[in-house]
This record gives sequence, C-alpha cells and structure tokens, in this order.
Amino acid sequence: MNLTLKIWRQKGPKDQGKMVDYKVSDISEHMSFLEMLDVLNEQLIEKGEEPVAFDHDCREGICGMCSLYINGEAHGPDRGVTTCQLHMRMFNDGDTIYIEPFRAKAFPIIKDLTVDRSAFDRIQHAGGYVSVNTSGNTQDANAIPIPKDDADKAFDAATCIGCGACVASCKNSSAMLYVSAKVSQFALLPQGQIEAKDRVLNMVNQMDLEGFGNCTNTGACEVECPKGISLENIARMNREFLKASIK
Amino acid sequence: MAKNAFRKTSIGRKVLMALSGLFLMLFLLQHLTINMLSVISPDMFNEVSHFMGTNPIVQFLLQPILIAAIIFHFVMGIALDIMNNKAREVKYAYNKPSANSTWMSRNMIITGLVILAFLGLHFYDFWIHEITEKYIEGDMSGLNAQGEFRYHEELVEKFVDIWRVIIYCISFVLLALHLQHGFASAFQSVGARTGKNKTALQKFGNIFAFVVPAGFIFIALFHHFTHGAH
Ligand code: HEM
Ligand code: SF4
Ligand code: FES
Repeated sequence: MNLTLKIWRQKGPKDQGKMVDYKVSDISEHMSFLEMLDVLNEQLIEKGEEPVAFDHDCREGICGMCSLYINGEAHGPDRGVTTCQLHMRMFNDGDTIYIEPFRAKAFPIIKDLTVDRSAFDRIQHAGGYVSVNTSGNTQDANAIPIPKDDADKAFDAATCIGCGACVASCKNSSAMLYVSAKVSQFALLPQGQIEAKDRVLNMVNQMDLEGFGNCTNTGACEVECPKGISLENIARMNREFLKASIK
Repeated sequence: MAKNAFRKTSIGRKVLMALSGLFLMLFLLQHLTINMLSVISPDMFNEVSHFMGTNPIVQFLLQPILIAAIIFHFVMGIALDIMNNKAREVKYAYNKPSANSTWMSRNMIITGLVILAFLGLHFYDFWIHEITEKYIEGDMSGLNAQGEFRYHEELVEKFVDIWRVIIYCISFVLLALHLQHGFASAFQSVGARTGKNKTALQKFGNIFAFVVPAGFIFIALFHHFTHGAH
C-alpha cells in the first residue's frame, strides 16, 4: 500500500520542531509499524537525508522502548499492543498517518520521535523495590503462601513495561497508571509489606516532582495501555497512599 | 526526603476534590427532597424551609460547611485544570481522545464552570435575599405582610420568568453530565472502587446523575406551568 506520513521532526531538545510530510510506497500489510518506518529511513538515507529517530529495542512487545502517538492514539489504533506489534493491516491504502512523539512536560524530546522517559526510572528508584537480604540464606519465595487472586493481580500489575503510553494518552499527562502498577505489584504481596508505607509516599512524591499532571479518572490510560493495566491499581495506590498518610 | 503536605500532593488533592464532590452530592439530595415538598404540599415546604432557615445548627454549622465545600471544590477544580494543562506544553497535532474516554470525563471543568455561573444566579435569587431579610433586616419570622409563610410564594414567583426556567434547565443538564462522570470518579479517587463494584457504581452513578437533575427540572417546570399564569 501507499501512504502519506506526517511526522514530527525536531533536531534536538532545544529545536522548534515541525510536522513534515513523507510518502512511502509498496508497504506490505504484514509489516509492523516500525518496519514501515525502517523502509522510510532507508529511503531517506539513500537520498542523503537525516533518518527519523524513533525508540525501539525488543520489537516483540516486552521491553517498553517503542512509543509513538499514531493518528491521535498512543501505540496507534489497535488495542493491547505496542507500536512494534502494530501491523500495517490496521491501515488502508492511501491513508494519511500522523506520527508524533509521546508528549508530556515530564517526557522532554531528545530528537524527532524519541523522548526522555527517565522520570519513570527516578520514580522506581524512589521506592519501586523490595530490599532482599543476599546473605546466602535467602528464603525461597514459594515458601510464603499467597492467595491465588492476589498473586494474579500482582502479576498483572507487574506486566507494566514502563512504556509511558498512559502518560501520553492522558489529557493531564498523569503518570498514575504507571506508578500505581509499580506500587500494586508489591502492595499485594507479603514481601512488599515491610516497605509499603515509604514506598507509596516516596514514589508519589517523586511522581509529583517530575511534573506529571493530576489524575481525573478519565480512564484513557487503561484503554491505551498495551498491557491492559487496570484502573483498579490506581484505586489501590490511592488507598495505600491514604493509609500511609494517616498512620 | 522532604515531602509535601497531604493537601499538596497529587493524591491528596484528588481525595479532597472527591470528598467535597461527595458532600455536594449529598447536599443536592437533601435540597431536592425539600424542593419536592413544594410540589406535594406548600404547607410542608413552608414548615421545613422555616426550620432550615432558622435552626442554628443548619445556619451556623451546616451552611458554612456547605459554602466552604463549594468554594474549595471550584477553586481546586480550576487550579487543577490549570496545572494539568501545564503538564503538556506542546499539544498533539492530531489527537483522538474520543477513542479512549468520554466527553463527560474530559470536560469536568466546562460543566463545572456552567454550574458555577448558575450558582452565582442562585445565590443572587435566594441566598442574598434570605440573608438580607433575616440578618440585615432582622426579620426571622419568615412571614409575609399577610402573616403567612413567605417561602413557597417566593419560590413560585421565581419560576414565572421563562428565561430563568430555561437557564435553570440548561444548568441542570450540565450538572447531569458533571455527575455522570463525577459520581463513580469520586469513589475511584478515595480508593473505594474495585473491579467488583465498578459496574454497579457506574450504573448507580448514571441513575443518580439522571434522577437528581431531572427532579430539579421537573420542579421548575411544574411551578412555571401551574402558577406561571398569574
Ligand atoms: C453542586 C455542584 C457540584 C457537584 C455535586 C459536583 C460534584 C463533583 C464530583 C462528585 C466530582 C468528582 C470528584 C473526583 O473525581 O474525585 C467532581 C469533579 C470536578 N468538579 Fe465538580 N461538582 C459541583 C460543582 C462544581 C463546580 C461549580 C465546579 C467549578 C469549576 C466544578 C469543577 C469540577 C472539576 C474541574 C472536577 C474534576 C476534578 C478532578 O477530577 O480532579 N464542580 N465534581
Ligand atoms: S501502565 Fe501500561 S501504558 Fe503505562 S507505562 Fe505501564 S505498560 Fe505502558
Ligand atoms: S520495541 Fe520493545 S516493546 Fe516495542
């Protein structure tokens, strides 16, 4: 198929940036969206132009590196997939496709479509861990009985890949879905209890410092999240935060 | 690590916003119940209005709490909206929010500001009049020149003007939209929404958001069409 692409080009963090039109032809519907961009970049390199910078790594939906706001939605029009898993068959011959970076004040643009998501790392550093004693007599995790329902929910929360689609989709650029997933994966397990109070207080504090907006429960994040992280996690984080603030 | 006070954290603000919203919804329910009496029995409406207007607990405890809740709710709502807009400096060239969220959820500030404008009119219509009558002119009797309770006739008089009735109805439609999202949203904010009660909360919220504003609209239309002639 033949497509018109409108892509955000920005030379560096301080550059103004603008939307630029490109044409690609003979795109197979079996290609992934990133492969389609690879084709465009090959064309650009052949012409001696600067290729479009975009983030990617695993290309199988597990690393959380790929991003892109495609036709007004994070990771494009499909549900439950990352951009690297998005297929060109979701589009039609002759379509115009808008491709923009994930936008938020807390995700500054590095170049073109790549943004700096290290704010997420700093939130993790603030409390997204359990301290495990590595003295050599570490207890086997399976020795602690955990209700199946809790284990499942903790696992679901842990599938968050930190891609930032939740922030990009939110009208407030709120990071609550991400942070709530990282809080919940421990809040539901006995191993997470010891540091529970400091974890939620410190992670929320760091989230606020990074300049993300405030959640207004529109639910856009849950719909656009490639891993189906549920809003239930945000309610749980709010409960954890309230508990930690009262005690 | 230096941390913000609860009311300055993102979740703290969310919780306070929700608590003020929940309180306002309770107030609406109480207000609607009393107004319904004006349709059923003018005498009962007069009695209850006089009680509410002169009871010290209502006047000097509940009324100030209500005013504080309203002011807090709209000041915080406006402040949050400004802060949230600043969290994305460059907007998308092409955005499709309808793909992932409802109009009601995205436009709480618009529905809220219309309600606020209505509250301005409402204060002018009823509240300023009550305060002047009772606390400035010092007439706590609640009686008119004929020695009858004045509340019902004053209420009905307001609905003679068709324009007031129209403004009234439009505002309540916007309140319905505000609550269609706000009801369930408030439970989510305080952490009370779970996977199990989510559907029920939204359903009940939809009913609440329809029934309460519809009740107020019914009362306005009832008085306009039954007493509007004189
Ligand atoms: C009787 C009148 C009102 C009632 C019953 C009411 C109720 C509510 C409820 C229940 C919520 C949800 C809270 C949450 O998501 O946690 C809410 C949110 C909101 N209200 Fe109101 N409200 C009223 C008037 C107003 C007014 C006058 C404004 C003026 C600007 C306003 C602006 C907002 C905004 C911006 C939000 C979203 C805030 C957020 O989610 O963070 N509301 N309201
Ligand atoms: S919650 Fe979903 S959208 Fe947000 S970072 Fe995690 S995987 Fe990505
Ligand atoms: S490139 Fe790893 S998730 Fe898309």
